[in-house]
Amino acid sequence: MSRLAVTFEQLAQSGRKALIPFITAGDPHPDFTVSMMHAMVAVGVDVIELGVPFSDPMADGPVIQRASERALAHKMSLKRTLAMVVEFRNTNQHTPVVLMGYLNPIEAMGYEAFANAAQRAEVDGVLTVDLPPEEGLECRELLKARGVDPIFLLAPNSSDERIRMMDNIGSGYIYYVSLKGVTGAGHLNSADVESKLKQIRANTSLPIGIGFGVKDAETARTIGALGDGVVVGSALISKIEANLDNCDRAKHEICELLASMRCALDEGSVK
Amino acid sequence: MNPMTENYNKPDERGHFGPYGGMFVAETLMPPIQELNAAYQRYLADPEFIAELDADLQYYVGRPSPLYYAERWSRELGGAQIYLKREDLNHTGSHKINNTVGQALLAKRMGKTRIIAETGAGQHGVATATVAARLGLECVVYMGAVDVARQSLNVYRMKLLGATVVAVESGSKTLKDALNEALRDWVTHVDNTFYIIGTVAGPHPYPAMVRDFQAIIGREAKQQCLDATGRLPDALVACVGGGSNAIGLFYPFIDDHSVKLIGVEAAGDGVATGRHSAPLCAGRPGVLHGNRTYLMADDDGEIIETHSISAGLDYPGVGPEHAWLKDTGRAEYVNITDNEALDGFYALTRMEGIIPALESSHAMAYTMKLAPTMDKEQIIIVNLSGRGDKDMQTMAKREGIEL
Repeated sequence: MSRLAVTFEQLAQSGRKALIPFITAGDPHPDFTVSMMHAMVAVGVDVIELGVPFSDPMADGPVIQRASERALAHKMSLKRTLAMVVEFRNTNQHTPVVLMGYLNPIEAMGYEAFANAAQRAEVDGVLTVDLPPEEGLECRELLKARGVDPIFLLAPNSSDERIRMMDNIGSGYIYYVSLKGVTGAGHLNSADVESKLKQIRANTSLPIGIGFGVKDAETARTIGALGDGVVVGSALISKIEANLDNCDRAKHEICELLASMRCALDEGSVK
Repeated sequence: MNPMTENYNKPDERGHFGPYGGMFVAETLMPPIQELNAAYQRYLADPEFIAELDADLQYYVGRPSPLYYAERWSRELGGAQIYLKREDLNHTGSHKINNTVGQALLAKRMGKTRIIAETGAGQHGVATATVAARLGLECVVYMGAVDVARQSLNVYRMKLLGATVVAVESGSKTLKDALNEALRDWVTHVDNTFYIIGTVAGPHPYPAMVRDFQAIIGREAKQQCLDATGRLPDALVACVGGGSNAIGLFYPFIDDHSVKLIGVEAAGDGVATGRHSAPLCAGRPGVLHGNRTYLMADDDGEIIETHSISAGLDYPGVGPEHAWLKDTGRAEYVNITDNEALDGFYALTRMEGIIPALESSHAMAYTMKLAPTMDKEQIIIVNLSGRGDKDMQTMAKREGIEL
């Protein structure tokens, strides 16, 4: 069983929800990332999504765009992101790490070389924003064959047919994009998410992580109650951005926010 | 004869031109591009839609555009006879309106109330704002902040037409960033918004759809050439940024193997300097903005900043069909530097009394190299894709003149 499957099964057994932070690898500086990953594990996150910086992040709002720009200014790349996972694994063997990014860096490396490198680095899942199932089967097969879960997105306008398609080819979890918009948008509507989740649940048994618009303990509690986990990204990166001159303070504020979300999720899980 | 392009019928039903093209978009955009594709396939076969489109092209755009024999310039160059396809004479001053008229009719049929577009030089933005004004649709145009500064006349025109122009400050602040921002807008307002892409890039069906709307250029040119000379041309020359004017001219000639198809990319300071916009000549395949094509990217797959004197060619990708035509050898892609393009600009202006857009000037400059190598009996058709009015500030500044 993959590390992601184990994690979600344990969470389900204990009636808890996954807390899934997203940070961009190399933001604000390459030295920051691995220690930030360990610090997040220490406050109780379950899965880490590590953003692979890309020059043209079309699905991201301004906060994550700027994170990519800062990381690229330090010559970050897919290769260096993979090296960070290797470093993280030196002292952490249990927390799943999912790479999230865009296709072109993977195209440049080559699908097979990337799948091999991901396996070697013990990456657990790969979510490629601009690689829908229609184009993504080749990459999916290569990852699956190496025990890496291909993670796909669902959106508010996804049909039953598309939900079943993701159920068929995805594994690990499904990332539900909770609103029509870019990352960090502010118009999350929990009633809409609730009704969509019913439709998704009816068509897949994969765990569902909900992201886009989760920004604090309150939204984590509300949205956490609807899915199997919440993804928080822009809200964390905003802490980095507010403390560019002080990485320790950024780390501290991120951990504080995550701890409050952990608390809210666990309270919400108590029946 | 090239077997890869015999009875040419690309793309396939999922938008692939060989390994190129496709639908590389985030999940939220899959339903709308599938909806668009269904609507496009339906109306393409709808005689009423086609009749309305034809009427708009005739009475609003001013088609057919003339095929003009550049007699003096041909004589001066001393080789092939040069004919100019006068897309600069269209309403709004470029070929861009052929496509926006078509997509706007589609938007109306699909019940969309809001139009968005990206623009580089501003020609597509103006052509979009124009059709939006005519149909009473809300219009938002995304334009890189660098381009807003160097094409301020077109910014003013768009605003006059009632469009909102958003200056995009991210990335390199040019056309690719405008496209990113338009995609972000679309994903946010996907229910009521129609995204009018201005070139033959983007996810399927855009490359095929924009080509089909622009193919009127080549259909007319072919008939006009036959009428004027009794034969097909020997070569077609067109500038290539995203490549819509080029594909519009080339497409009806793809199965005519005696006709050479030549696309001219922007070499900026020179391909060897790395400061250029010539992905077909000096790039590599990759995925950007919804399709696989040749891109300007580094070894890690990050998109490289491009350079060209002409904002409309300042783009790191190119339509996927051009990538396919290059790989199959059916078309040839060359490049022209900023300085050479200026030579083309001045030559056409002074030799024929026609001021071309800086984009089109690249095609003119290559024609100046090509024509003298050909016989006097041979024929070149050059696409004069736009007029140079929008470039007066850029040119005056280069000459040190304050307007």
